[in-house]
Amino acid sequence: MSTATTRSTAPAKRSFTAGASEYLNDRTGIAVAIKGLGRKAFPDHWSFLLGEVALFSFIVVLVSGTFLTFFFQASMAEVHYDGSYVPLKGVEMSVAMASTLDISFDIRGGLFVRQMHHWAALLFVAAIGLHMLRVFFTGAFRKPREINWVFGFTLFILAMAEGFTGYSLPDDLLSGNGLRIIDGMVKGIPLIGTWTSFLIFGGEFPGTEIVGRLYTLHILLLPALVVALIAVHVGYVFIHKHTQFAGPGREPTNSVGPPILPIYAAKAGGFVFLIWGVIALIAALFTINPIWNYGPYDPSPVSAGTQPDWYIGFADGALRLIPPGWEFVWLDRTWSFNILVPLIGIGVFIVLVLIYPFIEAWIKGDKREHHIADRPRNAPTRTAIGAAGVTFYAGLWAAASSDILATHFSLTMEGVIHALQAVVIIGPFIAYFVTKRVCLALQKKDREIVLHGYESGRIVKLPGGEFIEVHQPLDEYERWRLVSFESYQPLMIRPNARGKITTGQRVRAWFSRWFFEDRIAPVTKGELESGHDGHH
Amino acid sequence: MTRTKRRAGRRHPLATVALLALGLVFTGGAYAALSSGTVAQAEVDPNSQQTIEEGKKLFQANCATCHGLEAQGTANGPSLIGVGAASVDFQVGTGRMPMQMQGPQAQEKPVQFTDDQVKQLAYFVASLGPGPDIPADHLVNGGGDAANGAELFRINCAMCHNVAGAGGALTEGKFAPALTDVSGVHIYEAMVTGPQNMPVFNDLNISPEDKRDVITYLKYLQDNRSPGGFELGSLGPVAEGLFIWIFGLGSIVAITVWITAKSN
Amino acid sequence: MAQDDHSGTELAAADSSHAEHDFAGSTGTAVIPHDAFENPGFEPHRPRVTDEDTGREKRAQRTVYTLFYLSILGSVWAIAAYMLFPIESNDVGAVRLNNMFIGLGATLALLGIGFGAVHWAKSLMTSDEAIDIRHPIGGSEATQQGAVEVFRVADEESGFSRRTVIRNSLIGALLVFPLPAVVLFRGLAPQDQIPVELLSHTMWAKGTRLTLDPSGAPIRAADVTIGSAFHVIPEGLVDLEHGRLEEKAKAAVLLMRLDPSELNQAPDRESWSYDGIVAYSKICTHVGCPVALYEQHTHHLLCPCHQSQFDVANHCEVIFGPAKRPLPQLPIAVDDEGYLIAQSDFTEPVGPSFWERH
Repeated sequence: MSTATTRSTAPAKRSFTAGASEYLNDRTGIAVAIKGLGRKAFPDHWSFLLGEVALFSFIVVLVSGTFLTFFFQASMAEVHYDGSYVPLKGVEMSVAMASTLDISFDIRGGLFVRQMHHWAALLFVAAIGLHMLRVFFTGAFRKPREINWVFGFTLFILAMAEGFTGYSLPDDLLSGNGLRIIDGMVKGIPLIGTWTSFLIFGGEFPGTEIVGRLYTLHILLLPALVVALIAVHVGYVFIHKHTQFAGPGREPTNSVGPPILPIYAAKAGGFVFLIWGVIALIAALFTINPIWNYGPYDPSPVSAGTQPDWYIGFADGALRLIPPGWEFVWLDRTWSFNILVPLIGIGVFIVLVLIYPFIEAWIKGDKREHHIADRPRNAPTRTAIGAAGVTFYAGLWAAASSDILATHFSLTMEGVIHALQAVVIIGPFIAYFVTKRVCLALQKKDREIVLHGYESGRIVKLPGGEFIEVHQPLDEYERWRLVSFESYQPLMIRPNARGKITTGQRVRAWFSRWFFEDRIAPVTKGELESGHDGHH
Repeated sequence: MTRTKRRAGRRHPLATVALLALGLVFTGGAYAALSSGTVAQAEVDPNSQQTIEEGKKLFQANCATCHGLEAQGTANGPSLIGVGAASVDFQVGTGRMPMQMQGPQAQEKPVQFTDDQVKQLAYFVASLGPGPDIPADHLVNGGGDAANGAELFRINCAMCHNVAGAGGALTEGKFAPALTDVSGVHIYEAMVTGPQNMPVFNDLNISPEDKRDVITYLKYLQDNRSPGGFELGSLGPVAEGLFIWIFGLGSIVAITVWITAKSN
Repeated sequence: MAQDDHSGTELAAADSSHAEHDFAGSTGTAVIPHDAFENPGFEPHRPRVTDEDTGREKRAQRTVYTLFYLSILGSVWAIAAYMLFPIESNDVGAVRLNNMFIGLGATLALLGIGFGAVHWAKSLMTSDEAIDIRHPIGGSEATQQGAVEVFRVADEESGFSRRTVIRNSLIGALLVFPLPAVVLFRGLAPQDQIPVELLSHTMWAKGTRLTLDPSGAPIRAADVTIGSAFHVIPEGLVDLEHGRLEEKAKAAVLLMRLDPSELNQAPDRESWSYDGIVAYSKICTHVGCPVALYEQHTHHLLCPCHQSQFDVANHCEVIFGPAKRPLPQLPIAVDDEGYLIAQSDFTEPVGPSFWERH
């Protein structure tokens, strides 16, 4: 009896997970995917996790945002507030504002979710920014990843749009003045501006439509686009496999790192919770967007220190830096260059960032796939261009807080503005020059180390009476980290098959000279040997 | 500062700390004793000849250099005839006057006079010509309607002082100060007198009851910390952006470094 | 193209070891030396303390499960905080506690899982690295040929390239069909209104009294003492049933009184002020923020959004910042009862510039 029972239950004693996975696989064929992906390697470097920071904070935004939609009412109908916040009792405001106040003061945990949503949104955009900087400075946008750079950058723009639409929803004084600025900027666009503003606001500013329209964009259209693009963006990471830094055993043809199952999954899984935890901690302890201070939107009041959220700051700063008088009436029409110049300037900047991978590929003419990330110093011109771009952006961004800089550092706001005008115009050139020199110097140092080893600090007296410092030679693994990069040289103009030199060729040669005129090549075996002979 | 340095040279560094702490306790205690003493004293009588005489002496010793012996004004300072007791009580009571140096605007400093001396000065100047008086207690104790005060504050004050009273920048290095620790009396006096470049908000613009409501709102902000947690200076999105970049992203980058570091 | 790029004498065709590393494609202007170093291969594997010391391993194990238990504690705490720190009492302090304690509970719950999982991965899971082989993204030659062939056959069978009239008419139809959808967007704004007309007029008219924002109480000229700044709306605005904010967004005015000797008025505008009392639009001519930071001694008006500065003593002309036009002035007078009234509407559109403005 007992033996029979044992025998009959033996197959059923298989673990539950085995049974469940078999059940699932028989219906989904998921085994193929798991077998293919489960042991994939994910290269390990702290900066490779920045994109995940963005992804995981987006999940917080999505989940907390869904909770908020259950309580928020995107209506601009006027009501008298009768919630818990004493200094607004009886004040006339829109339903949108009142429902946001109710989320903050009358729903337990509502303020916590609201603060998580807003802090996570700020973190989302910031993480995208930092992730983009990492990709740029390591050249991870090179073939085959140019298109994914474009997707990623589009996500950055969409994230800003998500942020701005969300910032405007509570219909408070701060966001209302933000919309007022948008209205003014749109009106300044030639030909279509007046009508565009009229259509956006459903009539005259502020109208009674804008919150509802922004809400549709904020919770439907933009999130759908963001989710779809994230899927594509991450999908390409799987197809391309992640880049890796040069190192022993790392080849352009392999990808080395902890396997997805289990280590990477555990680390990334844990990382999800760590990011959520950091956001929760910040939301628990730090106020964000206290709309109860700002009060309902009214076109007459405004608060000192009215600024957009950080990611729109650069655009606001650009508006502030324009000197007086850049507006003309010509052909009986108003040309608002005080608005057009910032708009066009920012537009050009965005387009340049967007197409940078294609420009660099064209200059180099390099058609190979690149899976080894550059150390920033090994691409001095690119790194210097990046530093110039960062300086330009930072100058605009700082300009958005010109008044706060003035009060907190006891400066005049006029002085701050003039200084930042200089930073935005001259700063990028200085940053470019300094960065390029620093990169070249670091490359030279690397060469020195490869050729002569590290300085050991030990001084030895030679039999001849000469003092020398003993240099500690590198082991082959360390050496490989320092020599495994490629340098490029300026393009030589050659006539084409018909014996002509095309303009395109000349332009490319000019760019190529600019990029690669100053170049430092990696140490070769021959150099190392002759270097040793020469010195010791 | 210099004394601290010298002592640190001779003695154990902790001795300095102990000494400083002791000194602070004593001055604090003395201050508490003194200030409770002033409350116990009889109020300064605004109309008595003695008050005005005392005030005149103080004025001639401390203010006349810039404002003239008869408060008629000089090239360095405006005439004070008709500015009223409120103006003097505000300017001297917040330490703005006597002014330390010429600058874009008079800065707040530790108050140079005792409460009684401030009042004596104020009533002396009030005796020179009619002007706004120091407000009665019921107008400045915060017993009004905070919601009405908040609305008036947003319309009349927030563009310079910020909606949360955190202060803001003005032209050419001037600024509107933070209101987070200003007393009700001084807020009231600032509204009626328009110190420095602040416009005047007379009683026909903002009635005394409305001023009381504005003070009530500011007191509400002073007494109730933000429900969301630390305010980050109530400076708005700039402070929030800096915070998320430096502390938010900073701590997360530290975590990424830990995650990817090789374990021992 | 490729032959243009290789110009230096030090260059040669990539040597064999590189040829197999570099995926197909021109190297462009990259310099590939003959005697580059070769990859030394993987470093020897280094075991962790938890691999060698069972005591350490046990401790790591304890840390991990303690963190997971702490996480459970955090979740329970957050639920308890929801009940223990209610916010029904109209009290901001209660909201603060509710937010903080729910938040800290959630933080512990999340960080416990996070730190636990990562610590587990770092100290207890096998530390071997996996190696993945990359394949060219474009796929093999055969695959690419196959794809080309599919397209060729599809083209052949459909006649897409051959039947040009059909193809071109289809392209035309596809270009035109979204246009009706674009037209529909005209409905975003009222059909019976023209923005330029609306932007050119405000509520102010001859005889409209200047009243206080927000109460709507009329203002006597005598009330406005020197150095004062009054925030003004037109009489009747507070009683508007519809469009109150839209009208306010155009009609908001700042009323100031200066010492008449400090006002530099153009001859044609001398009648627009009353005994040093002037009224200017509060809406910035840059992008429309309320300009209301009035400095009574310097007579500067500052916009807090983009720092444009206007000089009230000189018809609010721009002295700093991105704005171009002076703030429009509202001509004012005094009626029989001594109240301030408007002489007319603004004589130009207020607020930010727009294309049709001239």
